[in-house]
Amino acid sequence: MNRIGFVGAIARVFVWSFLLGLVLVVLYPLLWMVLNGFKTNAELFGNPFALPLQFGWQNYVDAWNRGVSDYLTASVLVTITSTITTVFISAWAAYGLTRVRMPFGRTISGIILGGLMLAPAVALVPLVRMFQAMGLYNTFWALLILYTAFRIPFTTFLIRSYMIDLPREVDEAAEVDGASRWTAFWLIILPMCRPIIISTILLHVLFAWNEYLFAMVFTSGTTIQTLPVGLTSLMSKHGTDYPVVFAGMVVAALPVIVLFFVSQRHFVKGLAEGMGK
Amino acid sequence: MFAQRTTTPSEARSGASYRLPPTVTEAVVTVPRSRRPRPRGNRSRLSRIAGLAWVLPALVVLGVFVYLPLVQNFVFSTQESDIYTGTQQFVGLANYEKLLGDPIFWSAFGNNVLYAVLSIVFQVGGALILAAMIESLRSSRWRKALRAIYFIPSAISLTVAGLLFYFIYEPNLGLLNHLLSTVGLGGLAQPWLGQESTAMVSIIAMSQWQGFGYCTLLFAVAIQRIPSELYEAASLDGIGSVGRFFHITVPLVREMTGLMMIITISGAFQVFNEVMVMTSGGPNNSTQVLASWLYRSGFVRNDFGYAAAIATVLFIVTMIVALAQLWYTRRRRVEF
Repeated sequence: MNRIGFVGAIARVFVWSFLLGLVLVVLYPLLWMVLNGFKTNAELFGNPFALPLQFGWQNYVDAWNRGVSDYLTASVLVTITSTITTVFISAWAAYGLTRVRMPFGRTISGIILGGLMLAPAVALVPLVRMFQAMGLYNTFWALLILYTAFRIPFTTFLIRSYMIDLPREVDEAAEVDGASRWTAFWLIILPMCRPIIISTILLHVLFAWNEYLFAMVFTSGTTIQTLPVGLTSLMSKHGTDYPVVFAGMVVAALPVIVLFFVSQRHFVKGLAEGMGK
Repeated sequence: MFAQRTTTPSEARSGASYRLPPTVTEAVVTVPRSRRPRPRGNRSRLSRIAGLAWVLPALVVLGVFVYLPLVQNFVFSTQESDIYTGTQQFVGLANYEKLLGDPIFWSAFGNNVLYAVLSIVFQVGGALILAAMIESLRSSRWRKALRAIYFIPSAISLTVAGLLFYFIYEPNLGLLNHLLSTVGLGGLAQPWLGQESTAMVSIIAMSQWQGFGYCTLLFAVAIQRIPSELYEAASLDGIGSVGRFFHITVPLVREMTGLMMIITISGAFQVFNEVMVMTSGGPNNSTQVLASWLYRSGFVRNDFGYAAAIATVLFIVTMIVALAQLWYTRRRRVEF
């Protein structure tokens, strides 16, 4: 049944105009961004409300050739590799924390989940020195390591809270059947955690694709700049050729928007789990 | 308060998702409890130590790249160092003294506070009202569509959103000034990011645009968990929609409200991306926040010790907020 019952017609009109007005506030800037990616510089400075005179891909080609291809490659590479490392290390940890008896179990769980509380910026200065000393500053490895390290607590937290609710009998049955811990993890527990694994993968992809602080501080060379940092260099390097910047922004924004719409359900679930427990 | 209810629709739903594959359930049924082996003796101590292997990768990565730098940061904050010459010397609390006397540090701190306050009003308060409005709609298709549309800005990066609003605020080609003159308010047109009086508020406004959909989505999830009978009973008693919002929705989502406030405050003190993209802390350092001032001190002015001292302040603030969160989530939960 409906939750609100009989609302005055005026209130209804107010609610609807407010909600739809907000839709406009959200969508129009995004539409403007997409349209500007098709304009020439003269059109852009002429009338900001006007539609592009023609829809060509020249700005996209220019953006691609001015570094966006490299930024995109770096973003895809960092996102995929750090997702794999983060999710596996976290799933192992979550399994260990929920299923395996070990010395200092509670302390270990506190250390891993305690990382949730720490702000990345706090560790910035020492991390730069550490990576310079290790020769990893300005390399792909810096981002892979940092994205993994700083997302393990959150990812472990999500997977752990799901694993806790899985019935114990499953493990014991596997043990009776002679399965080792290792086999039980891969063949039984991990497949059962599929829903939360999908959610954590999505949340990590969103994080890694959009991350800025580490990407900016740890990668200043073009070949390993990710899109968020690359866009700002596109902006500063090429003066006022703004339509190309808009094209680059669309390239950065589109994949995650599509990903969100394709997998909305898992997204919402992951977010709600992350907040709720 | 509503403890007499034992099952809610959401519980019923989550229960269904734990259905096991048929083979596993059969296995469970066929093993009687008494025949299950129990770990014992020396073998079990050995296997307990072996169990550490599961958490070892996480512990090593966190230890080296999260906790070690955290400790090092305190050490660095007592040193004066130069990244190029590599010299560093112990200076005690000199960096902290410098911090307390630095007007830009205080204005940066104030900007973080302003960020937190405005975000709580608009992103938490506003999102709660918005979520209640959405969930009161009859059409489930519209509810779904609105939640998704409002979330789009949260999916794109702050860099893209920041650049987009940099252009929207831009005096020559920007949407905002053109919009104002179109509706006859041309007198209000101004260089939004270019003057001290409006720059910070403009950045915060962008951040509300980017983040409100995320909060709305989470509030919507919380509101959906409230049994609809409560609303129906209240309607029958003649309580209007505003009354139902204040007497049912607000008290029953308070857990989510508390969490959101804590997360919003913590986020407000870590702001970096949008400031760097839109103003880099200018004009005249008026939009510096703690993180951007840390970055500028450490990596532009090469004053690593001073940057580390700012990081310590950031650590203390986020720690207080995190402990508040821990305390809050440990309290008794709202039960229906």
